[in-house]
Amino acid sequence: MPTVSVKRDLLFQALGRTYTDEEFDELCFEFGLELDEITSEKEIISKEQGTVKAAGASDVVLYKIDVPANRYDLLCLEGLVRGLQVFKERKRALVAIGTHDLDTLSGPFTYTAKRPSDIKFKPLNKTKEYTACELMNIYKTDNHLKHYLHIIENKPLYPVIYDSNGVILSMPPIINGDHSRITVNTRNIFIECTGTDFTKAKIVLDIIVTMFSEYCENQFTVEAAEVVFPNGKSSTFPELAYRKEMVRADLINKKVGIRETPENLAKLLTRMYLKSEVIGDGNQIEIEIPPTRADIIHACDIVEDAAIAYGYNNIQMTLPKTYTIANQFPLNKLTELLRYDMAAAGFTEVLTFALCSQEDIADKLGLDISATKAVHISNPKTAEFQVARTTLLPGLLKTIAANRKMPLPLKLFEISDIVIKDSDTDVGAKNYRHLCAVYYNKNPGFEIIHGLLDRIMQLLDVPPGEDKGGYVIKASEGPAFFPGRCAEIFARGQSVGKLGVLHPDVITKFELTMPCSSLEINIGPFL
Amino acid sequence: MAMHTPDSGSGSGSGGSGPGRDTLSTVEAAMADGPVAELLLRRLEASDGGLDSAELAAELGMEHQAVVGAVKSLQALGEIIEAELRSTKRWELTAEGEEIAREGSHEARVFRSIPLEGLAQSELMRLPSGKVGFSKAMSNKWIRVDKSAADGPRVFRVVDSMEDEVQRRLQLAQGGQAEKLGEKERSELRKRKLLAEVTLKTYWVSKGSAFSTSISKQETELSPEMISSGSWRDRPFKPYNFLAHGVLPDSGHLHPLLKVRSQFRQIFLEMGFTEMPTDNFIESSFWNFDALFQPQQHPARDQHDTFFLRDPAEALQLPMDYVQRVKRTHSQGGYGSQGYKYTWKLDEARKNLLRTHTTSASARALYRLAQKKPFTPVKYFSIDRVFRNETLDATHLAEFHQIEGVVADHGLTLGHLMGVLREFFTKLGITQLRFKPAYNPYTEPSMEVFSYHQGLKKWVEVGNSGVFRPEMLLPMGLPENVSVIAWGLSLERPTMIKYGINNIRDLVGHKVNLQMVYDSPLCRLDAEPRPPPTQEAA
Repeated sequence: MPTVSVKRDLLFQALGRTYTDEEFDELCFEFGLELDEITSEKEIISKEQGTVKAAGASDVVLYKIDVPANRYDLLCLEGLVRGLQVFKERKRALVAIGTHDLDTLSGPFTYTAKRPSDIKFKPLNKTKEYTACELMNIYKTDNHLKHYLHIIENKPLYPVIYDSNGVILSMPPIINGDHSRITVNTRNIFIECTGTDFTKAKIVLDIIVTMFSEYCENQFTVEAAEVVFPNGKSSTFPELAYRKEMVRADLINKKVGIRETPENLAKLLTRMYLKSEVIGDGNQIEIEIPPTRADIIHACDIVEDAAIAYGYNNIQMTLPKTYTIANQFPLNKLTELLRYDMAAAGFTEVLTFALCSQEDIADKLGLDISATKAVHISNPKTAEFQVARTTLLPGLLKTIAANRKMPLPLKLFEISDIVIKDSDTDVGAKNYRHLCAVYYNKNPGFEIIHGLLDRIMQLLDVPPGEDKGGYVIKASEGPAFFPGRCAEIFARGQSVGKLGVLHPDVITKFELTMPCSSLEINIGPFL
Repeated sequence: MAMHTPDSGSGSGSGGSGPGRDTLSTVEAAMADGPVAELLLRRLEASDGGLDSAELAAELGMEHQAVVGAVKSLQALGEIIEAELRSTKRWELTAEGEEIAREGSHEARVFRSIPLEGLAQSELMRLPSGKVGFSKAMSNKWIRVDKSAADGPRVFRVVDSMEDEVQRRLQLAQGGQAEKLGEKERSELRKRKLLAEVTLKTYWVSKGSAFSTSISKQETELSPEMISSGSWRDRPFKPYNFLAHGVLPDSGHLHPLLKVRSQFRQIFLEMGFTEMPTDNFIESSFWNFDALFQPQQHPARDQHDTFFLRDPAEALQLPMDYVQRVKRTHSQGGYGSQGYKYTWKLDEARKNLLRTHTTSASARALYRLAQKKPFTPVKYFSIDRVFRNETLDATHLAEFHQIEGVVADHGLTLGHLMGVLREFFTKLGITQLRFKPAYNPYTEPSMEVFSYHQGLKKWVEVGNSGVFRPEMLLPMGLPENVSVIAWGLSLERPTMIKYGINNIRDLVGHKVNLQMVYDSPLCRLDAEPRPPPTQEAA
């Protein structure tokens, strides 16, 4: 959310009245804004740089206001530019803006691309000329600009804008030239807007020129420019297109849940800077959408403005008459039932992360990562988020490691989803609901974990034995288990998991010291 | 070993604050019971007004703690005795002080060890009292060092004899006459760690209103034999100490956050909402974003916010008819919309990710609903994990649980949304609500839900809500006059606010303290929470 600072008294002057801080907060809230902070330049500087530097600063009261990302038109000029910068954070990839002192330049202007070594100019806030290559290096340490370098870095050619004398206006989307910098003496401003998203570029241009125009000698005027595209076609910008929308008054009433006359609704919309009037059969409202309201693309956006103007908190609350019978998702229902009985069996529930490192699910369990069929994340910020877990066991063992000071034995369980690659599903991966339990003590306690399995099967109404959909455990092996202390669990005619005493290497790799036995089954087959 | 029973700890339990509380062991106390108590009562009978527990211990030649134990066990019997706690200060010799009282100060010992012909300093320093004694004896001017001696520095006596004042003073203090020493002398000995002031807690014991020297042995517990023989009728029983703690049962425990999850499920079920399947952490960008009319250049679709997958990198199947309608709506508009007017790319929609919200599951559920004709109204909910590639801090993790409610019916209004929200939050014990206009890419109108938090004394955001955009619903095939209202909140945030937890890692993940899980109360969302736990509880 962009935040803008406004001088409180100037704002009140513009609003034509004063408010208490609480009243203004309330007003902002109703309008979908948030009064974030009440401060002054002095306060800001003293907070950031200490009281000494703040001594001479202004103590005029500033309101810092949060504005939602779709309503950048709400901001005043200074705030808008700042707000847009925030809005564009990371987004210069789409649109970049340059503002220049037109009297220092001469048209026509050329937007082209050059080899970085062939681009040389004095950029804003620098005292000498640099080549584009040098600049990219310099800005690597610039806290603000370094985030945008990747947009053109490593490209053979960089975008650049020249005037007819070969003066460089800017190298979008990184930096403008110093030559055409705007000063307090600037009388004529040239605004250029470049981008990779044509619609967004047009919207940004419309808003920028609209806002600047408020401060023109002849207010609300702008001089259009002809843009000739590489294919020879030409267009005139800014478009500043006004659009008319027609919305039925009863539609607004029906969507919001109010009963206002069409005239009142038109008044409410006009109050939101959407010039509206009742036309036709007296139920139609014609709304003029100004170019600054690019966020209005459907009647529902107009309905929202009417609702905001009416005041959300003035709308009568009613309950829908929708009659429905509730159903639980069967897998979750089974999970809930099992959780309670696992706790009744003396095991404590833990909640661990679904994302983890490759090491957790492979190396530490004696497996090769390729054998896990795990899904891999392409952009993890740290190793903790490399893969989605394929087993619940590492999470439980890590929980024990973080709780080594607790009295023994530790009896823990978790019932949650793991993820396995599966080309039979639409996305190529599938969740499985696993139940995992561990027993950690001075003795391995295989019989305890085995007993827990027997109890779970009793709860699931699966009898012992291979016949009639019963369950058995059969000697097995796995790299995570101590040799000869691992069994595979078969139930309802299929393998559902394993139990056993963990291998000392596994125990050591999870930074544990005691013997431990574990059980992990897929509960899907018991639905 | 129940701690209520009188035979453990003489009924002192853990709630007592009497003398010797920190050192009184159960064994000593048990010994105190019986003979010591009897002796005490007999002395008390003969005494004039009362007696002091420490003096009695000295007279009887036993540990003070044994007498204290007897006092406490007699106290537990009712009004037999009265005991008043007194604390007195006393000077006691330290172990080193005792040694000096016996063998003389270090300086005296050094002095005595020097023969007339002197002693090599190096040799003197090797004596047990050498170092300390040397410097003290020097400053007392009892001895001198001749540094010019042929075989290294040599120490000689300066005086013929000396008075060992330190020893004398300590012997005085040892005899209980430390008061005779000056304040300065005492503090000097204390600085040398030879003398220490100790506080002694004693009882002044006097006869109680039901004083008697004959106390019959009391039974500790009812036994099956007493029941069968009826002997319990004639036997006195030792009283229980109800201030002691009970023994907690061995039990398993449910995780506090998942207890809250169960309550939210319960609330939705009570309100007639059906649970949506959400058992797919992996989602295509199509269902996570495009189907929700979230444009492909939206910042949420950035690598900075979303975990994308390397393997499997792309969704294998998408419902292509529907995909075409979504594509058209984004790039050209339709269904009354201008659209976003950009080049919509199928490749972008195929990109797999870890779902950033459960709204992707809601989109799938609504799409399935739209395929069923005729349309039937539904109320749906889900609570499950979502994933964000966020910067982690005290309140943000890369994964958290999202709670979502959805109602689809003909002619739903914003007033209906607010009405459902009011009922929902009332069930959570939240009654003071207000609604703030908000921006959400796939709902219009959108409103953030705020509730007044009594503890924080401010309005806090408790959820986000809105009416799904027609550009999302109509391409799915839902009838035009059907509106879908929805709201969402995280499971962690209200839980943290409710239980006063400041760091999300104290609630979720493998680093959670199991003691917190063991100790967590039932989850009753509509009941007042207890005050936030203190640091030591964590």
